[in-house]
This record gives sequence, C-alpha cells and structure tokens, in this order.
Amino acid sequence: MSLLKKFYVFLVTAILAISPVAGDEPNPENWDSVLAEARGQKVFWHAWGGSENINSYIAWVGEQVESRYGVDLVHVKISETANVVARVLAEKSAGRNEGGAVDLVWINGENFAAMKRQGLLLSYPWSTYLPNYQLTDFENKAVLTMDFTEPVDGLESPWGTAQLTFYYDSGNPVFENGSPPTSLEALADWIEKNPGRFTYAAPPNFIGTTFLKQVLFGLVDDVSVLRKPADRETFDEVTAPLWEWLDGVRPNLWRSGRVYAADTTQLKTLLSDNEIDIAMTFNPGEASSAVIEGLLPDTTRSFTLEYGSIGNAHFVAIPFNANAKAGAMVVANFLMSPEAQARKSDEAIWGDPTVLALDKLDAEQLKLFDSLAPGEATLSPEDFGIILSEPDAFWSDALDAEWARRYGAGN
Amino acid sequence: MPNLQILIPRSKLDLLRLVVLMLLLIPIGAATLTLIGSAFKWHDSSGLLGINTSAFDAVVSEPGFWRSVGLSFWMGLITPIVALSVVMVFIAAFLNSPGFKWVWAIMKPVLAVPHAAAAFGLLFLIAPSGFVIRLLSPEISGFVRPPDWLTVNDPAGISFALALVVKEIPFLFFVTMAALPQADLRRTQIAAGYGHGQIWSWFISVFPAVYLQIRLPVFAVIAFASSTVDVALIVGPVAPPPLSIQILRWMNDPDLAKGTIAAAAAIIQIGITLLALLVWWVGEYIVLHLARMAAVRGWRFRRDMFFRIFIGLTMTVSIVLVCFGIALLVLWSFAGIWRFPDAFPKIWTLKSWISQSQNLFETGWRAFTIAFVSSAFSLILVLANLENEYRSNIRPTRLAWWTIFIPLLVPQIAFMGGLSVLFLRLGIDGTLWAVVLVHMIFVFPYVYLTLADPWNAFDTRYIDVARTLGKSDNRAFWEIRLPILLAPVLGAFALGFAVSIAQYLPTLLIGAGRQPTITTEAVALASGGNRRLIGTYALVQTLLPFIFFALASLVPKIAWANRRALLPTRMGQ
Repeated sequence: MSLLKKFYVFLVTAILAISPVAGDEPNPENWDSVLAEARGQKVFWHAWGGSENINSYIAWVGEQVESRYGVDLVHVKISETANVVARVLAEKSAGRNEGGAVDLVWINGENFAAMKRQGLLLSYPWSTYLPNYQLTDFENKAVLTMDFTEPVDGLESPWGTAQLTFYYDSGNPVFENGSPPTSLEALADWIEKNPGRFTYAAPPNFIGTTFLKQVLFGLVDDVSVLRKPADRETFDEVTAPLWEWLDGVRPNLWRSGRVYAADTTQLKTLLSDNEIDIAMTFNPGEASSAVIEGLLPDTTRSFTLEYGSIGNAHFVAIPFNANAKAGAMVVANFLMSPEAQARKSDEAIWGDPTVLALDKLDAEQLKLFDSLAPGEATLSPEDFGIILSEPDAFWSDALDAEWARRYGAGN
Repeated sequence: MPNLQILIPRSKLDLLRLVVLMLLLIPIGAATLTLIGSAFKWHDSSGLLGINTSAFDAVVSEPGFWRSVGLSFWMGLITPIVALSVVMVFIAAFLNSPGFKWVWAIMKPVLAVPHAAAAFGLLFLIAPSGFVIRLLSPEISGFVRPPDWLTVNDPAGISFALALVVKEIPFLFFVTMAALPQADLRRTQIAAGYGHGQIWSWFISVFPAVYLQIRLPVFAVIAFASSTVDVALIVGPVAPPPLSIQILRWMNDPDLAKGTIAAAAAIIQIGITLLALLVWWVGEYIVLHLARMAAVRGWRFRRDMFFRIFIGLTMTVSIVLVCFGIALLVLWSFAGIWRFPDAFPKIWTLKSWISQSQNLFETGWRAFTIAFVSSAFSLILVLANLENEYRSNIRPTRLAWWTIFIPLLVPQIAFMGGLSVLFLRLGIDGTLWAVVLVHMIFVFPYVYLTLADPWNAFDTRYIDVARTLGKSDNRAFWEIRLPILLAPVLGAFALGFAVSIAQYLPTLLIGAGRQPTITTEAVALASGGNRRLIGTYALVQTLLPFIFFALASLVPKIAWANRRALLPTRMGQ
C-alpha cells in the first residue's frame, strides 16, 4: 500500500469516525433520535423463511419491537438471500435511491461481500454504534468483525454464530462401532458401504456450499491459498481432490446423486423420515431443538469432523436505499439485546449460539442465559474441536459454479 | 393492412374495448421490449448491426442448458397429449353412463384445487417416504426405512408431468363440457348405427367440432406446461431443472451479467413454447389425416371395451390422486409426531394451525382481496364487452380473439421479468394495485373464455320482447339477461378467482416481497419441506377458490328456488 493510499484510508476512516452519518440519515450515536424516528415505521425484513422455529422467533421479535418501540416488523420470507441482493441491485440500476423494498436483510458471506462491493449497503458504520453492540464479544470472536474474509466495517450487525455440525440417530445401529465417521476417508468408506444413506444440499444453498468448503479444507495441504481469491488454474489445481472425493461418493449418495436436498430443513426431514442417516446443519443447537419439537428421537447426537469444522457468524444489514433505516436499526439493536439473544439460544425456541460476551452482562442479564441447559444432542463446547474460519468469498461463488457444471447439469 | 377503423369507439360502452386492449397489450408489449432490450444489450451495441448476441452464447454454454430446454419442451407436449386423450376418450366412452354425473360433480371441486396444492398432495402421496409406502410398510413391503427411489423430482420429469396432467384433466374436462351443448351429439348415434365402436363414433362425428372449440384452452395447457414455475419447484427435476426454473435463478442472481442471460433465456423459453405449439399443430394434421384414412377405409374399432376400462381407470386414478393428496394435506396439517413407517400420525395437534393462524389469515386475506378485486374488475370488463358486442352487433375478429388470449399463450416466466423491471422503474411495484393489475392480465382471458359461450348461446328473443315492451337496453341487461345468465356469470367469476389465487410468479415478482399471499408463502415453505406447514398453507390455498365454486353452484339454486326452468338442467352450465 502506497503512502498516499494509506493517507487516504486514514482520512476516510477518520472522517467516518468523527461523523458516522452523512446528511439526514439516522444517526445511531444519537440513539434517542433514532428511536423517535423509528416509531411508527414499517420495517420489511427479508430473511430465509424455510424453518418454522426461526419464523416464530422472528414473529416474536416483531411483537417485541412493536410493543417496545412502535416498530411494525414484517418478515418477508425468502428462499435465497442472493435474490435479495439481486432485488436491491435491480433497484439501484433502476435509479431508486430511496424507498427501496428491503429495509433489513439477514445476510453473511458472499452475499455481504457482493452488496458491500457494489455499494448496496448503508454506507456508514452504523452497527458498531448500536447501544447493544458493546455487549457483543467482538474483541474475542473474530467472526464478528471479519465476515468470511471481508471486514464487517460496521456495515452489518451481528446476530448469531454458527458452526457446521453433523447429527445422527444413535439409536439406529448404522455405524460399525457405534460412532459416526469423523474423517473424510471414513465418511467416504461409510457412504460406499451404505448406499443411498447420505446427501448434502445442492449449492448455492448455504449449507451445500459450506459442505463443499468443509471437504475442501480437509483435502488441501496449505489452507492459506483459500484466504484470497485465486485464478482459474489455481482453483482447478486446489479443488481437484475435492471433485475426486465427490465423484467417488456420488453413485452411493441418496437418490444416487441425481437429486440433492434443498436446505437444512429438508436434511432434517430426511433424517426424521429415516431416508438418510447423517444430516448437517450450521446451527449446533438444531438437533436438540428438533428433539424438543418431537421431530427427532431423543437418541439423536451431534458430531464434527476431526480436522475441525467451518464456523462463521450471521448478521443483519441495511440496504443503501432502505425505506425505514431508523426502524431497521432499532430491530438490529433489539436482536443483540440479552433478552433476544437468550431466547434465540434456547433450544426449545431455536438454539442458535449467542454473539454476546457473557462476562459483559450484569447479573440479571446473565440469569436469562443460566437457565438454558443444552440438550444431549448438542455437543459440549470442548467437543466442538477446531473452528475453521471461512475461505475468501471468491471460493463460495467459484465452488458453486463448478459444482453446477459438474453435478447440476444432469450428466 | 388491418382495418384500423375498428379502433375508433362507436359509443361510450365501446370505449371499453380499448381499455381491454390496453390492459392486455401495454404490459405485455412493454415487458417484451424490455426483455428484448436487455437480452440483446441495446445499450452496449458493439455487436453486429448494433445487436449483441453474447447473452445467447452465454445461455447456451450454461451447464445443463440443453437438458433444461428438452425438459420444458417435453412437458409442453406430453401433458396435453395425456390430459386431452384421457378427457376425450372418457367423455366419449361414458357420457351417457349413469356414473358420469358423479364424475362431473367431483370434477368441479378438483378444478378449484390450485396447481401448487395438487402438486404438494401428490408429493406427500407418492414420495418414497410418502403415504403409499407408509401404508404398505413394513408389513407388506418389508421396508423399515423409505426405499431410495426417484418417485418425485425424477430427472425425466415423470412425476412433474403427472402433477400437471392430474390438474389439466379437470380443466380440459370443464371446457369440453362447456362446449358440448353446441355440438350435435346425435351424430354419435348415427355413426354408431353404422357399426362403429362407441369411442370411434364420437371421435369421427363429434370430436372435430368440439376440438375446434377447446383448441385454445389446449394451447394454453401447452404454454403452461412448458413454462410453469411453481409445480416445477415442487415436484420437477432439479439437476438440471426445466428452463423456467433456470430463468428464475438467473433473474435472481446478484451478478448483473446473469440478468442478461435470464432475458436471453426468456426469449428462448418463448421459442420453446412456440415450437411445442408448432409441433402440436403439425400433430393435429397427422391425426386428422390418419383418422380420415381410417374412416375412409371403413375401420370401425368396434372392440373398445378394454380401452374404455383402461381410460375409466386412468380417470379414476387421476381424481383419486388429487383427492387423496388433499386429504394428506389435512392429515399433515394436524400431525404431531408422524415418523416413517407409521401410516398415520402418532400424535394429533392443532399446533401448526395455531402457530400459523395470524400469518395464514394475513396472507390468505391478501390473496382473497387480490383475487376478489381482480376477478370482479375482469368480470365487469368481460360483461361490458360482451354486451357491447351484442348491442353494436359486432363479433371479435380473429385477431382480437387471439389478442385476448396472448397472456395465456406467452410463458409467464418470459415476460414477468421485463414487467417487474418496468414496474420498478415506474415505482409502482410492491403495491397491492400493481399486483391486482397484473393478475387481471391472466384472470380476464379465463373469465372471457368461460362466459363467452353461454353468453352467445343466450336466446336474444327475450331481449327483443323486453325492448318491445319499452324497456331500455340497460334495463334489459340488468333485469333480463344478467339474472338468466346468473349461473354462468358466477361460474366465470369463481374460475377467475381460482386463477388469481393460484398465481405465483406475478405475485412474487410484482409484489416485491411486500404482498405475500397464501400461494407465495406455500411455495416458499416448500423449499424447507416442512410438511405440516405446507399442509396448512396449501389447504387454505385450496379452500379459498373452493368457497366461490361452492357459492357459484349454490346461489343460483337458492335464487331460483321458485324459477325451476332457469335452473341449469344441461350439463356444463
């Protein structure tokens, strides 16, 4: 980085630090004015709507922000976050710079990177100024400030953390020594011996893409190559073992690899129906949550692969042309409140890990979390193993495209 | 040179023709232009003749493109072939049999079932973990876990075609029954008198006239089957999916370049639908010539008993599939724990209904409002136009007739993209009125289609009598024609209502996520495969149009309790 460039970066950062807000945009530093502006606003929150417990949690958030702050929250249920990015992009290219359809979007990873890159986000660091942001564990949890390899820069507000977790029914004697395969080799072996009993979600669904990345991590020698974009040649070279592994297991996948699951909910349903023996999720509490719901038997257990598992955080962001920015900030702030976070961690509700630093909470706030005992299907913190941080967002897109070429074309 | 004078209104009522023309042509025309513009990248005119075809090159090289194209084309042909054959042969074989009126009675509610709900029902029925296998397991089949079979989402699209066929059968049945009163059924007896088999007699004597009347609905089936989105999302192949789904994916891709690809693919989609129509048209000639040859040679096909039984069974299976599917939606909506291979839920619960009650009500009410308003407006426009045709003594020209049906023949996925961009630029997307307007484009043709025949079959001497007695045109309309035609008018409204309720893509794209209806929610839920929620949403989606179909057949009976001669005695009205 040249000196001049450094200077500019400093200048911009300094200006942003002094005045996070340009013009008449809501200023989270003056929280009372945001609250005042938010009252009576209708906030359209675009968030994945494929899971019943998450939907009811969002409905609860809606009731809370309505009664506490007079914000009318509407959950727009979507199936792919990429569609929301496309929507905002279409609005931008049609010249709609205000009054956009999206006020808040549940986002992370390549979608965040795409929106940030194309200037589709509210362009000042609002999230770090939200009152509850100080309660989050941003000092210790790198995933809260680095979304994949893209700096968050206060452009999205943390909501939850995630770690790729597999789960199975231990009451079903499908594994030789009673424990599931925890290496890629053992997994491939097991798939071959048990045809039709394993599948993953079709990318670009996030859990499908994550599985590809997880396998890739287990097969590359030097993971540092995944931390930055790559050219075609490097990509082909690095991913060759991945495709080899996938080609190897494909004939013995569920439906012989001619159909893949749609998302985590379908994987859960397939396990519940006994169509497959191993399911995967990004939410470590999902298995316990499903046991409480009665979808899965109480002999359900979780596991991770021995070389670690991909972990990340998920966020909410506000598009540049959002119609109710103040209202969206109020919702984002409420999502980080101890009460909302504790409820979200409750496996009877959702079971999504918190972004808060528990040592920053006062006694009363801590009590909210104390009563939450994870179920038997949830891994204990020491069993989670190494957390692999997400590769550069480039890899998600490139893996999706290559997967579509190889397995999505019906060859 | 067409006669442009026809565009000059002759009266205030006549102005409505222009309103209809604008309603149908402006959005579609503008959307098509937007589409062509973005497919050929007019703003970037570096290519030959200022036309840039790189988007088409890109589409063709997309993974699985040709398979997607093949699938869409195949759906566009196999669906009408099967559905039309079953309906025609069934009517030919069983029209005069005692059980026929029961089949006809059950067919109407089946018609009210939205495509998406029928597809969900089928999914719950025939999937490897579905009801059929559950019922047989483990006692009969020996399965303790679901077999790894491709009974749904199969790459060849057989389950997809099945879902389409079971829904198109009632539609074609309905339009055929409406066309029958105009056909001279005595001809069949004459043909049979010459020793032809029952089905063959019908085929050579009545079918040609009936087919001419239902040709347009058949074309609509071709267009729908080759480009549907919601049914494909539920039971269609996934790797690769039909072209319509690919277009939707590209349209929703955050990469701007994919938008151009989507536009180019949409144009190709129109081409596929046209090609399917063309092949059908050639097929018509081949069938015609073969039939003529057979007739001239004196073939009589007298032994058609086996064939009749076969078609009777096929029809029964098709109805049973839809009905059982709906029953399964009910079961799942009340199911607590229901694991494989239990045939029925272990625990029954109201949880799904209670937890979803508010959203079901909101999205159901919105769907109801949109459907009610768009079909009411459409009905008013259709009535005014038909009355105008009568008063001005004009009949729609062939061109006008085809114009009305353009929206049914152009693949929705092809021009909804352009239309949503247009609405976005105008700044009216995401409003309830925009959604109503777009629904009207699809509702109007169906209302017109169902009402035109009974309207024209009306004995206008009643009007002449009224006029002679000094009543005005308007009073004759309100006091004579409308009351007598109450049943078909309500029927047309009910069909329009059902068409609007079932609209997925226009609601999704024009509603911009701000106007979620029961249908968009149901299809969004499908991605997660939560059967309990799908059950509740698809049921409400089915109940809404059902209410109006029920009203449409009840109200005339009540209103005419003391006017027995007005009651619909002929089938099909």
